[in-house]
Amino acid sequence: MSETTTSQTASAEALPKAQNPAKQFIKKFTQRKSAVAGLAFIIFILIIAVIGPSITPYNPNAYDYNALLAGPSPQHIWGTDEFGRDVFSRILAGAQLSLGTALTASVIGTAAGVVLGLIAGFFGGIVDSFIMRVCDVMFAFPGILLAIAIVAIIGPGITNVMIGVAVFTVPSFARIIRGAVLEVKSELYVEVAQSIGCSRLRTMFVHVFPGTLQALIVNFSMNVGGAILSASSLSFLGFGASVTQAEWGAILSQGRNYLATAPHLVFFPGLVIFLTVLAFNLFGDGLRDTLDPKLN
Amino acid sequence: MGKYIVKRVLSMIPLLFVVSVIVFMFIHLIPGDPARQIAGVDATIGEIDNIRRQLGLDRPLVEQYVTWITGIFHGDFGISYSNNMTVAELLIPRFPITIYLTICSITWSALIGIAIGVIASINRGKTLDLVGMVIAIAGISLPNFWLGLQLMQIFAVDLRLLPTGGVNTWQGYILPSVSMGAGIMAILARVTRSSMIENLNKDYIRTARAKGLPEPRVIMRHAFKNSAIDIITVTALQIGALIAGSVVVESVFSIPGMGRLLVDSIGFRDYEVVQALILFFSVEYMVINLLADVLYGIINPRVRYE
Amino acid sequence: MSDTLLEVKGLATEFKHGKKNWISAVSDVSFEVRPGEIVGLVGESGCGKSVTSLSVMRLHRKDTTRISGDIIFEGKHLLELSDRDMQAIRGNEISMIFQEPMSALDPIMRIGDQLAEALTLHTDLSKKEVHERSVEVLRQVGIPEPEMTLRNYPHELSGGMCQRVMIAMAMSCEPRLLIADEPTTALDVTIQAQILALMEKIRRENNTGILLITHDLGVVAETCSRVIVMYAGHVVEEAPVDELFKHPQHPYTQGLIASVPRLGERLRRLPSIPGSVPDLAAMPDGCRFAPRCRYAQERCRCNDPVLHEVSPDHTSACLLSEQEREEVAHA
Repeated sequence: MSETTTSQTASAEALPKAQNPAKQFIKKFTQRKSAVAGLAFIIFILIIAVIGPSITPYNPNAYDYNALLAGPSPQHIWGTDEFGRDVFSRILAGAQLSLGTALTASVIGTAAGVVLGLIAGFFGGIVDSFIMRVCDVMFAFPGILLAIAIVAIIGPGITNVMIGVAVFTVPSFARIIRGAVLEVKSELYVEVAQSIGCSRLRTMFVHVFPGTLQALIVNFSMNVGGAILSASSLSFLGFGASVTQAEWGAILSQGRNYLATAPHLVFFPGLVIFLTVLAFNLFGDGLRDTLDPKLN
Repeated sequence: MGKYIVKRVLSMIPLLFVVSVIVFMFIHLIPGDPARQIAGVDATIGEIDNIRRQLGLDRPLVEQYVTWITGIFHGDFGISYSNNMTVAELLIPRFPITIYLTICSITWSALIGIAIGVIASINRGKTLDLVGMVIAIAGISLPNFWLGLQLMQIFAVDLRLLPTGGVNTWQGYILPSVSMGAGIMAILARVTRSSMIENLNKDYIRTARAKGLPEPRVIMRHAFKNSAIDIITVTALQIGALIAGSVVVESVFSIPGMGRLLVDSIGFRDYEVVQALILFFSVEYMVINLLADVLYGIINPRVRYE
Repeated sequence: MSDTLLEVKGLATEFKHGKKNWISAVSDVSFEVRPGEIVGLVGESGCGKSVTSLSVMRLHRKDTTRISGDIIFEGKHLLELSDRDMQAIRGNEISMIFQEPMSALDPIMRIGDQLAEALTLHTDLSKKEVHERSVEVLRQVGIPEPEMTLRNYPHELSGGMCQRVMIAMAMSCEPRLLIADEPTTALDVTIQAQILALMEKIRRENNTGILLITHDLGVVAETCSRVIVMYAGHVVEEAPVDELFKHPQHPYTQGLIASVPRLGERLRRLPSIPGSVPDLAAMPDGCRFAPRCRYAQERCRCNDPVLHEVSPDHTSACLLSEQEREEVAHA
């Protein structure tokens, strides 16, 4: 009867009007302007990633010895690098590689984490303890250090960065999904499914897995932002893309040598990384608040 | 309480063991012959054999592990090929720098992050809340190397207020600490806010108000103290990112610490140094987590008596 | 006026709904509590009992709540006091206990510290005296080993013990008025009886006025001297407890009483009131109970009922007279 009840009754009153849960979701999501802005930017940058290489004003790899380290100008809106390559063109062209690396790493790492988490949460017992201990060990290597170690072992390169980032995504998703599975498992509908004789595998994928989707979607969208940061950090440290590749972290890493004379070489690629990560985070925040309003 | 700490410390031992095994295996996971890799392309077979013997790579794995781990307990981490020094000699001057940088980063980011979170939560939906949350979401989205380079550009290159790199003076720590702590500051602000909002709606807050306690006391002694439990949990989870941040930030600011050494050593394929450093960072992470656990136990009585 | 402890006159509380709208949770609520008297405030969930009590304590969020009317406690208009003066009254002159004793105590603070908080705030007692007083109140509420309990955390105590601690906390500064919001609802039946007996003892020994909020008429019959029945944010009936149970006037009260099982009666299906309390945002016109009332007439749906005296000390807000209702029943 305090405000909590009033808000409950108020939302109960609103319920009959919205017939379709998807419609209701879209309506609630679109009320969050920052999340919509995030989504719009994500779509924009994904389009760039697809068509980027074909719309660059200059050949991103063409040297121009008449315009070395030139600042932003009408000809080169984001300036040129030490070989006279057009930074704007390189960033457009690099979207594919930068986003592709992060997205692929996220998808692979998430998929592996989800499978492990489902198995651990669903079967419990020794399987669960084993998977969780393995995750504990992986967690003992802080942050991107695991990825750095992996790259140190298998050597630098963008593919190896992807593997490194994917591997360090696995344990956190295993944990999140396991937690979600444990929650879903105690729900009545899962018990019912088991009691009417659904096979364990069927129960797991048809009944348990959908229940964890919410946690999965929200964490995935947040994770992509993190993966972009990790991959670009590794490239920045020189473990990722090579100097010749147009990758955002690599472009920035190259540019840091000219910070005093050509700060635009660092500023623009960093800004693009920042905005992209921000977009994924805003979108993830919006998703979480829409799907799970009690968290806000 | 003493029992709880002992239990936590003991539970760390198996993990430490497994981690040490993995770090030890590291040198064997390198594809190809590590001795050849270390020796470089121009090495003669004799030189490679020499290195192999020095590293003990010709002996059984278990024996190698025992030798290695015993050495570590005696302060012997091996030899750095690129520097012609023992790894221990290489680490000793670098160790305090990284630790100091980490402590500075945690301290400022915790203070500011928690303050932003508390202020945002009690001004929920108002301008201050919005400002705090904009800072927070920007903070978690900022690449720390870019933040570092931009700060360097503004405060060192343009304004000449602070050094561009190095830690010869205390001013040298300012920009690196800011870049390193920004992310965790943002995360702490968000966690503090959501936890405070949740706790401020709890029944015991109503009780505290019904007792006639002034609002600041209700917020700090009841809501915040309970939120501290969530804050510590999340901080412990995120501290790994902060530690890894030292690798990046030390490289940006040319700070002669453990993180920069790691990057350089990977470049030089100086694997015994890499091995020692990865072990160091994992142990540092575990120790900080242990401290967080102890703090958690002090604040949360429900855990202590389990 | 000297024999009135708390007087509520025309209280209306509204909550913010959306950006600009306000919806009324309770309106036109008036009643009194005298010293040494237990007044029951009854009704189903959602009818405004807790809103009323939290309004008296001014514990609603300020930015989303609007309170009007008069709340006069010992001559002071509570709604006009500064926050600071109100804090000095809360926990000191007016105390409150809540439904869920386990969650109403701070989980990470020792019982002793939680007890001491109000005492240190409202009295000039030294640390040692605060401790002694804490032990004393815990003993008064029937806690066997007060010294030990002071060092406990809430999760180490049972629900009944926690509620005793809550009562001890509320009583520590010897308030003139105690507001008990469903104090026994979350407890076992045997513990319920003990807690009620304890409240009766407090009333008797300290001459404390108690406003007992409950949906349980059994509790009311056992402890209260006077009863206020609320429905959908309005007071619909008020009477001394015996009178109310013998001659309930409002059909809602009649329905509530009829739905309580009675000892010595043959087992039968208990009648229940059809339907549920209307939503705050969609209150029916006229008598708010009309849609659920078996006597409801056309005029019930268009005229707003007012409380009127049906016999001395007994008021009801039914638009129909007893006779009219009987006619309907027989028609």
